[in-house]
Amino acid sequence: MNCKKVILELSSYLDGALDSTIKLDLEQHLARCEDCRLVVDTTRQTIQIFCNAEPVPLPDEVRSRLHAALLERFRQKTKTI
Amino acid sequence: MSATDPKPLVSTIVREDEAQLVSAAKAGDIAAFEELVNRYERKIFRLGMNITQNREDAEDVMQDAFLKSFQNLDRFQGDSRFYTWLVRIAVNEALMKLRKRRPNQVSLDEPITDGEDSVFREIEDWGPSPEQRFAQTELNQILNQVIGELEPIFRVVFLLRDVEGLSTEETAQILGISVAAVKSRLLRARLKLRQKLNKHFRRSETQ
Repeated sequence: MNCKKVILELSSYLDGALDSTIKLDLEQHLARCEDCRLVVDTTRQTIQIFCNAEPVPLPDEVRSRLHAALLERFRQKTKTI
Repeated sequence: MSATDPKPLVSTIVREDEAQLVSAAKAGDIAAFEELVNRYERKIFRLGMNITQNREDAEDVMQDAFLKSFQNLDRFQGDSRFYTWLVRIAVNEALMKLRKRRPNQVSLDEPITDGEDSVFREIEDWGPSPEQRFAQTELNQILNQVIGELEPIFRVVFLLRDVEGLSTEETAQILGISVAAVKSRLLRARLKLRQKLNKHFRRSETQ
């Protein structure tokens, strides 16, 4: 496997969706190619950092406006039933 | 039920299955719909923020998504999860907001490829975990900046797959594109984000 093929298979590899033969081939390449190892490692970190990011807080006033709008829509719908 | 006396909004249905809540809401149980809102409001707001990068737009996206889903609940056939259907509405609303702001820049069509060859221009060790090296506020600013720089076509796929944890098939269904297109865009989104983060996280940048 060459570096270009590693990049093409990168997403499937990180998602654990690679066929075992291709996975072995890819890991053998990683063992001898530092550049690909760094790309794989930093791409994995990229996904993790976004996944672990602090959730965007839902401000109280935004939530209140949502529920007020829903209540209004409930009432309108109820009137038409 | 009288017009002035809707059912109480405090849900008595706790931890029920989503499909049961949807059935109850369809039958007119407002508390069941309220439970669905409580369950997903934060996620939909976050998705709106991440796509539009604007708090007012995110609020509109969230509100419109819930109001439209309530209004059209009868049309929901249950052939997907309610959440997937809700996300589809929210994504459409968010993309409309983006198109209004930047009418010539938001397309879900495939852009001219810049290939994966550029990947090898930015290869550096990030050293110890950036999450440990940066203060939370600073890290959030960096993440907001780089996700905002990503073209919407890639941003949305990355958010649905990697941040919201939807499957490739669900993402394809929501965006109306093929599974192969989701996979291709996800790869490019991840590589582009990695490259953008590299500028902030490379070891030489912080030593």
